[in-house]
Amino acid sequence: MSVDKATVAKIASLARISMDDAALDRMVPELNKILGFVEQLGQVDVTGVEPMTAVIAQPLRLRDDVVNADPLTGGGVRDAVLANAPAAEHGFFGVPKVIE
Amino acid sequence: MSTYRIHGATGDWEVVIGLEVHAQVTSNAKLFSGAATTFGAEPNAQVSLVDAAMPGMLPVLNRECIRQAVRTGMAIEAQINRWSRFDRKNYFYADLPQGYQISQLYHPLVGEGSLTIEADEKAGIPADKVIGIERIHVEQDAGKLMHDQHPTMSYVDLNRSGVALMEIVSRPDMASPAEAGAYLRKLRAILRYVGSCDGNMEEGSMRADVNVSVRRAGEPLGTRTETKNVNSVRFVMAAIEHEARRQVDLLEDGGAIVQETRLFDPGTGTTRSMRSKEDAHDYRYFPDPDLLPLELDEAFLDECRESLPELPDAKRTRYVEALGLSDYNAHVLTAEVETARWFEALLLTSATAQGKQPAEVAKQAANWLLSELMGALNKAGRTPGDGAVTPESGAELLALVGKGTISASIAKQVLEGMIATGDAPGVIVEREGLKQESDSGAIEAAADQVLAANGDKVAQYRGGKAALFGFFVGQTMKAMAGKANPQVVNQVLQAKLGPAGES
Repeated sequence: MSVDKATVAKIASLARISMDDAALDRMVPELNKILGFVEQLGQVDVTGVEPMTAVIAQPLRLRDDVVNADPLTGGGVRDAVLANAPAAEHGFFGVPKVIE
Repeated sequence: MSTYRIHGATGDWEVVIGLEVHAQVTSNAKLFSGAATTFGAEPNAQVSLVDAAMPGMLPVLNRECIRQAVRTGMAIEAQINRWSRFDRKNYFYADLPQGYQISQLYHPLVGEGSLTIEADEKAGIPADKVIGIERIHVEQDAGKLMHDQHPTMSYVDLNRSGVALMEIVSRPDMASPAEAGAYLRKLRAILRYVGSCDGNMEEGSMRADVNVSVRRAGEPLGTRTETKNVNSVRFVMAAIEHEARRQVDLLEDGGAIVQETRLFDPGTGTTRSMRSKEDAHDYRYFPDPDLLPLELDEAFLDECRESLPELPDAKRTRYVEALGLSDYNAHVLTAEVETARWFEALLLTSATAQGKQPAEVAKQAANWLLSELMGALNKAGRTPGDGAVTPESGAELLALVGKGTISASIAKQVLEGMIATGDAPGVIVEREGLKQESDSGAIEAAADQVLAANGDKVAQYRGGKAALFGFFVGQTMKAMAGKANPQVVNQVLQAKLGPAGES
């Protein structure tokens, strides 16, 4: 598998990364090298092998439906949530106007 | 078969409709964090560092949200997948702090199921129809944007960010706006019976993405468009009607339908293209590495199954078969879970109060609830849920009628008093002296007066005008201020007048 310049430009745009033509030209072979490296895994025959979902097999942990049971993952922390916002106003995040 | 067609200049077109319904799961906390889900809180007051996607925060799945989605799946008789997994759906928008939504594309929690919409001749649904449901998956809601609070900025409230949603995806099995409306109402009723979603469309607890395409009879499916986030049954029906007509006009003019996302404008009842989403369909889904696959055991599934209530279809059948109610009454009583609960409480207390079996008082209770109570509450601008009349006070009123303490017409008056004052029916009857008069002495006196004052009519009656009997009953009841026992009035008048003469 390999990518061409148009594909790289599209990925960059979807990821909201601005890249000029020179940067795209540099990125195409770099990405293809990475893809080629990973593709070596394709040489291993995995017929009949279940895809591994975790290195240590364990079930997904679930939480109880309790509000703010753990202060670290609960709400009511508006000041902390907004602390790094460049423009917080009236308790909202302010962002450049986005409208349909 | 639906006979709904769009009449184009070149002939008739069929409409094919599929709905993706987003239903907010009823839970205290969010899908992956401990923040509250209550509607209407101060902006960003119910946002945890997980919901704001702060670096290093990890999602931990809420068991109750999964339980509710599984119970919903069981209610539509769907396959429940014991192994499911969460995927990331990647896109950038100001209401999505993670830059991806945690959803389930490849391995949804709930697979194939269905629900049945009922025949409704007036709406053009000639027979009951099964609508397929392809899947239900669980995912996070996004935040909310407000555009009208500041000249150059949009405001973001993340209270909804991370709230659990079920996305319920139908098969393209609907063929008219009426069928789509019936599907939405039935789905909403099931969700409310199950208790997995409050179904409140005004507060956004239920929203629909509407997929519409048109075709000529017998032809393969046409290209579809998807109208996003339509938030009422009426708007869904309007969006379908408009979108189908737009597609027919476009095709007949030699144009082609573009598969695209559209927006519905409730003000004009029209849809328009949502150009900004054009390349957003490349979501680059991949399994969320923060979450292991979700595996459900038998004990969990058993609890989900056992905690399911009787559902509307089963209830409706039981009301007809075991309680002897009419199809129509059974349908109306079971359409909303609140009505059914109210009716069943009324039925039980009513049967106890009158010392009878529920089936013996079911018709009386159903008729009273649907015609008398609903009518009186509507007139007073009230609802059954607001407590003016409770199933207990309703049962007491029905028992008063059943025992002959008050007449059916006086019961209407007592009901109005109950709604106005909230007092118990027994109290109102005592206070206003409404007890039915069964004492034949008083009734005889009133009847004598009526007959004396209407000598001409008495003569006509005896001369053969038997229909006048009703007139004498009415006049006697009037003289007794409506409180006379109608049976006693009948007996007294029959005795006094004798049979109507031969004419």
